[in-house]
Amino acid sequence: MINAQQITGIRNDRVLFENLSFNCNQGNIVHIRGKNGAGKTTLMRMLCALARPQAGTIRWNDIDIHENRAEYCQEFTYVGHDNGIKGDLTVAENIRFDRAIRTNSSKVSVSDIMQLLGIERYADVPCRYLSAGQKRLAALSRIVSSDAQLWFLDEPFTALDETSQNTVVRLLAAHQKNGGACIVTSHQSVQWNDAKVDELNLGDMN
Amino acid sequence: MNSAFGSLLRRDLLLVYRNPGSYTTPIIFFAVCTTLFSFSAGTDLELLTRVGPGVIWVAALLSSILSLDGVFRSDYEDGTLDQMLISPAPLSLLVSAKILAHWISTGLPLILMSPILGILVNLDFTTIAVLALTLTISTPVFSLIGAFGASLVVTQKKAGMLLSLLTLPLCIPVLLYSVSAVLEAASERALTGHFSLLGAFFVFSVTVGPFATAESLRTIAGD
Repeated sequence: MINAQQITGIRNDRVLFENLSFNCNQGNIVHIRGKNGAGKTTLMRMLCALARPQAGTIRWNDIDIHENRAEYCQEFTYVGHDNGIKGDLTVAENIRFDRAIRTNSSKVSVSDIMQLLGIERYADVPCRYLSAGQKRLAALSRIVSSDAQLWFLDEPFTALDETSQNTVVRLLAAHQKNGGACIVTSHQSVQWNDAKVDELNLGDMN
Repeated sequence: MNSAFGSLLRRDLLLVYRNPGSYTTPIIFFAVCTTLFSFSAGTDLELLTRVGPGVIWVAALLSSILSLDGVFRSDYEDGTLDQMLISPAPLSLLVSAKILAHWISTGLPLILMSPILGILVNLDFTTIAVLALTLTISTPVFSLIGAFGASLVVTQKKAGMLLSLLTLPLCIPVLLYSVSAVLEAASERALTGHFSLLGAFFVFSVTVGPFATAESLRTIAGD
């Protein structure tokens, strides 16, 4: 599915990673681990075609992702470090807008999406009144609201309580079972339960 | 594709509606600026008629450019801009929706308010009509140029000054032809030349603006 070859990331004149190569195929979950500032978010943005690696290429089904960006963008869903939700819009409005600017929406209805993540009570509450964890869940609704085969989740577990973490892990395991792939970053270790995960360490871990 | 344009337009207008400060501030600035001028210029009505259009125009230009400062920044800061950058819909289309939303929430009220301010600086009916017409053609140009400037400074926290430095020089030709059209109308001369040029500015910025803005957002906000 997605294949990174010899990519190098430099930020503020500091080399974050060099000659990094990895694969993520159908049914793979790759957990990228690293300390703060190890370049997890930088790598994630490169995978989403938001930023370009300073060297090396990232390919989707053997085509460079920057060559065919518009089509590549239909294949994945991305939950970034920032939630990407508007504080003045309600949870339901945010989900609806999010779907409107993408083409890979799933058949799941907006109310079912909120139910799956346990935020249906806040459907009509403007997001700025929600707690950090609830906002994170509203952002994570993106993984249920799209049919994308590939998920990019940047620190999805930040601010989530144990129940919500388990919900997300359960969704990941189901996605894996359906042949989907996921690249997820997190600086802590995660209770993966049923999901089978490959680890990739950025920088030295000590 | 069209649904992406429509939803973003609707979203931005909804956000403006829920944040009345964002559209009332430029309008109040516009009104207060012109009103104070007409009070301070004294009792010479002829002078007021000659300088008034220029003042209305400068106020309109400043209020539409300064309100553009944050047009992409809030999206950049909360991560929604990233979602737009990875949307399969063309970025220039999404950018156009945002610019249109900005024009509806600031440019349009300026146009609607201009007749009242025209009376305040002692313009006659025809001149007021020409004033409103030039504003109708030129405020979208300001929004388009200003959006391009805003996309260049999207990563800077407080960039009002830098933004004006970048965009105001580009707006000067439009300002010159608009004001001179209004003054020509006041002295009852032909206006076709002015309007042809303003029309050309409009067409140029509509065709180039969204693409330039999209490209600059991709380069600056992507990394």
